Amino acid sequence: MNYNVDEKGYYGEFGGAYIPEMLYPNVEELRSKYLEIMDEPEFKSEFNQLLKDYVGRPSPLYFAKRLSEKYNTKIYLKREDLNHTGAHKINNTIGQILVAKRLGKKRIIAETGAGQHGVATATVCALMGLECIVYMGEIDIARQAPNVARMKMLGAEVRAALSGSRTLKDATNEAIRDWINNPVDTHYIIGSAIGPHPYPDMVTRFQSIISEEIKWQLKEKEGKENPDHVVACIGGGSNAAGTFYHFLHEPDVNIIAVEAAGKGIHSGHSAATSKLGKMGIIHGCKTLLMQTADGQITEPYSISAGLDYPGVGPMHAYLSTSSRAEFFSITDEDAMQAGLELCKLEGIIPAIESSHALSVFKERRFKPDDIVVICLSGRGDKDLNTYIEYFKL
Amino acid sequence: MNRIKTKLQENKKILSIYFSAGYPTLDGTISLIQDLEKNGVDLIEIGLPFSDPLADGPTIQASSTKALENGMTTEILFQQLHDIRKSVQIPLIIMGYFNPMLQYGVEKFCQKCQDIGIDGLIIPDLPVDVYAENYKAIFEKYGLLNIFLITPQTSDERIRFIDSVSDGFIYMVSSASVTGSQSGFGSTQENYFKRIADLNLKNPQIVGFGISNQETFQQATQFAKGAIIGSAFIQHLTQSGNEKIADFVRSIRN
Repeated sequence: MNYNVDEKGYYGEFGGAYIPEMLYPNVEELRSKYLEIMDEPEFKSEFNQLLKDYVGRPSPLYFAKRLSEKYNTKIYLKREDLNHTGAHKINNTIGQILVAKRLGKKRIIAETGAGQHGVATATVCALMGLECIVYMGEIDIARQAPNVARMKMLGAEVRAALSGSRTLKDATNEAIRDWINNPVDTHYIIGSAIGPHPYPDMVTRFQSIISEEIKWQLKEKEGKENPDHVVACIGGGSNAAGTFYHFLHEPDVNIIAVEAAGKGIHSGHSAATSKLGKMGIIHGCKTLLMQTADGQITEPYSISAGLDYPGVGPMHAYLSTSSRAEFFSITDEDAMQAGLELCKLEGIIPAIESSHALSVFKERRFKPDDIVVICLSGRGDKDLNTYIEYFKL
Repeated sequence: MNRIKTKLQENKKILSIYFSAGYPTLDGTISLIQDLEKNGVDLIEIGLPFSDPLADGPTIQASSTKALENGMTTEILFQQLHDIRKSVQIPLIIMGYFNPMLQYGVEKFCQKCQDIGIDGLIIPDLPVDVYAENYKAIFEKYGLLNIFLITPQTSDERIRFIDSVSDGFIYMVSSASVTGSQSGFGSTQENYFKRIADLNLKNPQIVGFGISNQETFQQATQFAKGAIIGSAFIQHLTQSGNEKIADFVRSIRN
């Protein structure tokens, strides 16, 4: 089986580029050049330098001793929360801004859910001196106020998406419309492993630094490159794509994706795409998505803004239907408790997105000598308001 | 012969009108089509509403959302249109995004269109390449013309490819924008319209996006076979309902 993208931009039957003709020149330019650009020695050197000196990579692979004792297995946390700007998102924005510069683009647009991708985009735009406009759902603007302030401080303009559920899906629609209206000078930095080909592959490649580092870090600590399990939370699926990438074709590594069940998979307030989704088209790609029988995209729900998306990246759709990955769906309540547990046991306040991945221990048992690597995709500072309200702190 | 092709052979500039099926009311589809034909419109694009219309501006987004709230579905639209050919002869096109068609089943959708007497489809997010490879044979089997968009950024080479795959007309998007922008046309558009006219394509072109009044209709049709009005018509419906369609058509074409 091949879990990488094929020549036409598909993972099995998922992927492709289902875009209006207005977007074709931009997407085609990117498709025809991204691999070549990413392969240039100068590009690689600039990218790696920035990851090292600006982002602070490599991010630690931390053995979580007390958590391991509690669940009687060996748990390592990949500390993407320690990156500059507080999440894995910056790996991709650094990569894409360097691509955008080489394409001669002057203006950057992005969508954001939790605000982490928006902040990471605003950050690299400040770094490179490019204009930055971030689309964010009105609901998310309210629940992620600190990130909105950060984007503004970094010089970005935050535009509210007022349509639909006023969350990540709608912010993405607005960003796509902006790109249609500005077809020449603008690059759209998509933050997740979604969108028309080549975005899912490009984002995955930029995030693949996560699993690349896990391999040599684990070799140092355990004497072997491959863990028994890799675990990541999944909304659109960028941290998951990066965490899984170098293990996709290692059959002895079990892959576990954890999505948001909101108030319960069948509660009507959920973002459990692998359970509720059917194949369809969203934001330019064919993938699993939550929709009505009539093909209207339904409104997702999760307490975590970063997982509140009705679809999933096409690579993940393929990992799910081909059974390469195990998928679990975690409720708000379980995720919040798992987040609090990490605070108490390890002194780390996780993003609520990452807390979903940490809930895997409620769903599944691991053997005492299993090595389980969990991507701690972001830190919880941005979620303090949600934590305060939820736990009445 | 397909009604669209017959219409395109007439020696006149084509006025095409778009509306969202199910807006402003769920049951207005048939009377709206009849009124548009009666008032001298040449071609009608029936919008199949979608929850996430990426290529549309605020007016059509709002009319789509309202149509869905009113209860419009693919099946209901087909039921409403079931006997439409008993009362009108005007060429009819269904315009919608690909996902609802995919869920209905592309072949079943096309078959239903043929049964009803739909003449063509416009699907903005079904790229010409995917169509040519996977769906062209199905569309042709059911006698449906598939209409593709081109924009000022579309290369001559790609326009020629689109022309080769197309049958009927080419939907020429007036400027780089979503639907409903109404800033009027300047020399940029005129140069673009001329450039396309000079390509001598086998399919005639009909201009859409940004046509809202007599002035823009005339500018657009100076070099093209016709023009399409969507958002401006929906705004008219919002303000005046079905009552004054004659006034609207007259305001565009004397």
